[in-house]
Amino acid sequence: MDVEILARIQFAFTVAFHYLYPPLSIGLGWIMVVTEGLYLKSKNPVYGRLSLFFVRLFAIIFGLGVATGIVMEFEFGTNWATYSRFVGDVFGSALAAEGIFAFALESGFLGILLFGWNRVSPRVHFVSTLMVALGSTFSAIWIVVANSWMHTPAGYHLVSEQGRVRAEITDFWAMVFNPTSVDRLVHVLLGALLAGAFFVISVAAWYRLKGQHREAAQKMMRLGIGFATVAILAQWFSGHRSAELVAEYQPAKLAAMEGHFETGAANLYALGWVDAQNQKVYGIGLPGGLSFLLNGNFEGRVAGLNAFAREDQPKAVNAIFQFYHIMVGSAGLMTLLAFLGLWALWTQRWEDAPWWNRILVFSVFLPQVANQAGWFAAEMGRQPWVVYGLLRTKDAFSPTVGAGEVLFSLILFTLVYALLFALFIYLLNKKIKKGPSDEGYLIDHRPKHASWIAKSPKS
Amino acid sequence: MSFLGLDYPTLWFLVVGGLFAGYAILDGFDLGSGMLHLFLKKETSRRIALNAIGPVWDGNEVWLVIGGGALFAGFPEAYATLFSAFYLPFMLFLVSLIFRAISIEFRSKEPMAWWRNGWDRAYATSSTVMTVLLGAVVGNVVLGIPMDNQGNFTGSVLDLLHPYALIVSLLTVAAFALHGGLYLSMKTEGALFAKLERLIQSAAVSFVVLFVLVTMVTLVFMTHVAEVFRNYPILFGLPVLVLLSVASTVRLVARRAFRWAFFNSALNLALLMGLVAASLFPTLLRNRIPGGRSLDIYFSASSAESLETMLIIAAIGGPLVLAYTGFVFYTFRGKVELDEHSY
Repeated sequence: MDVEILARIQFAFTVAFHYLYPPLSIGLGWIMVVTEGLYLKSKNPVYGRLSLFFVRLFAIIFGLGVATGIVMEFEFGTNWATYSRFVGDVFGSALAAEGIFAFALESGFLGILLFGWNRVSPRVHFVSTLMVALGSTFSAIWIVVANSWMHTPAGYHLVSEQGRVRAEITDFWAMVFNPTSVDRLVHVLLGALLAGAFFVISVAAWYRLKGQHREAAQKMMRLGIGFATVAILAQWFSGHRSAELVAEYQPAKLAAMEGHFETGAANLYALGWVDAQNQKVYGIGLPGGLSFLLNGNFEGRVAGLNAFAREDQPKAVNAIFQFYHIMVGSAGLMTLLAFLGLWALWTQRWEDAPWWNRILVFSVFLPQVANQAGWFAAEMGRQPWVVYGLLRTKDAFSPTVGAGEVLFSLILFTLVYALLFALFIYLLNKKIKKGPSDEGYLIDHRPKHASWIAKSPKS
Repeated sequence: MSFLGLDYPTLWFLVVGGLFAGYAILDGFDLGSGMLHLFLKKETSRRIALNAIGPVWDGNEVWLVIGGGALFAGFPEAYATLFSAFYLPFMLFLVSLIFRAISIEFRSKEPMAWWRNGWDRAYATSSTVMTVLLGAVVGNVVLGIPMDNQGNFTGSVLDLLHPYALIVSLLTVAAFALHGGLYLSMKTEGALFAKLERLIQSAAVSFVVLFVLVTMVTLVFMTHVAEVFRNYPILFGLPVLVLLSVASTVRLVARRAFRWAFFNSALNLALLMGLVAASLFPTLLRNRIPGGRSLDIYFSASSAESLETMLIIAAIGGPLVLAYTGFVFYTFRGKVELDEHSY
């Protein structure tokens, strides 16, 4: 295999593995803010226990997110040197803002969140929790801005210097608010809230199945379903807006997503298989549906893949189609579960129905699958460009790094990440089994806040 | 475009240098205590040592992320050349960084001896490998790397294993071990403190010996470094300050004034980074091939527009970061007390 494909596999693999964790941290982070806030307001010990419990889960998730996140910052330089030279001027300021406003904030206050219970007052601890949640959200902002710029570049001009072309920033705010950054950010953050919400739902359903922590499970289920319902409804609007923007700025990507080859009326598939060789799609869906969503009528003209030069078309049409439909399908299932969950809570049904709780336990995978598939559709759909319309992926990798070196590091990361994932599942499972402990819950804080926590034995 | 009489690339050079110096000072003591970890034999001692850095190591590590980002943002040419040239060392560094993080996080999550011993080893090994590689990168940056006129690395990983880089590596190991030992001494008492005293003394002796060795080798063999100082005599103040500072650290360690010695050790690291920066300026990446073109800050720099934006970001963000970093350190001041939330 050549360096380009190995470098792409390595980046895709390391970023996909990384992306299991940050959405969960962001989503769970805001749920933690709510439980700790509710605890401070109501002094209900159940919220106290939940806060402590979530923080312990958060520690594991966040730790892996940080550990696997630095890899990408290095890979820009190690594997994608030409890309880095090209985008550094533009990309750099977003990355600098990310480090200084987001990473420093979340990592700084993490210490207090995890270890500060006996050192600071409840209010200061709550503020620290809020800062960690804000920091992780900010980190999404800047990296999504930078990524959106790669899809819809704005606020730059091209400069040719000593035989090299590079993009230079001309307008910082035009770069930050490039045509797709706000929508993509909303889309990513809602995806993160869904990851957090279904995680909490899943854990609550598991306690129901085991008949443990009844009160805590009830509160978790309410929080989870509440967050999930709001986020998934908003996500449909955001998703629709995303599709409109893709149609406007990256029509070739949109055509690949629906396997649309000839310009004209375009179908909306629910399921399907693209035979790219014969330019056919076998599947079920709504004829003219995509045209209707974009233009308001079933005959509306949508550009097909054949309207683009061969070298400007994304290659893996079926993969893009599948990833896109897996994302939309997962969103459909999440919507169904959220509404059923809301109805079940409202009518106090199914609380002890094993089939329902079993489904909810597995629902934790839905937002993860949707997040991963969505990114794969978006980034594979951007091909053959790394910066849309400006720099091709085949021109972007490091000229001085050999295939053998990349293969070596790819194998290394595969082994290390397999180990990390096994440890993550093992430890998370252990913490969840232990549950919101009855002993180590938050209590009213004492004078001089010597300790606002009932002592519990070290686990 | 300039501010305070310094042009933007120079200002950003100072920012990047400051960030890396901050990283050396902050994560330096985490890495140092990691390298000393296996010398602490008792379970409680190891837990206390881990919890001494527990609330702060993650924030400290961020300085590297910001430093790397600042290099990418301000000097993309140098960042791209440096990172692709050091491909294998940086991959190894990343894996060590991951292991360091998870060994701190996971070690105390299970009670079994084999689990804890295994993570203790992973922690000490990864801290050592990270330090060795960081030192080797600094050594190679001072030495220069072989490049063509496009700024592409033309050597192989073997060129990076130059003896000079290796002795700078050893110096970094000793400097961080001393720094970490001094940090731990402020956080501990009793038998553990006594044990650390002995470790600090050995580290201090190694540090001074290696410091003298690296200084002599630099003066004799790194003629381009000496030349910089000959051209700008005002810079001679810097090596003099380094010498005074190192001498003062030795004195403070001998007098067991460990708290002051720690701050002095931080000053050493800052001054050593300053010395490296001064010997490079205005070059960022020196070409090891005689007559070959080096990457200087002006050629490598982003546009004035970009640097201005980032200087504004740094001016807003810097004080914020310092303020809450200070707050976190203040919150966890004093000796470590293990509680139910500790590692």
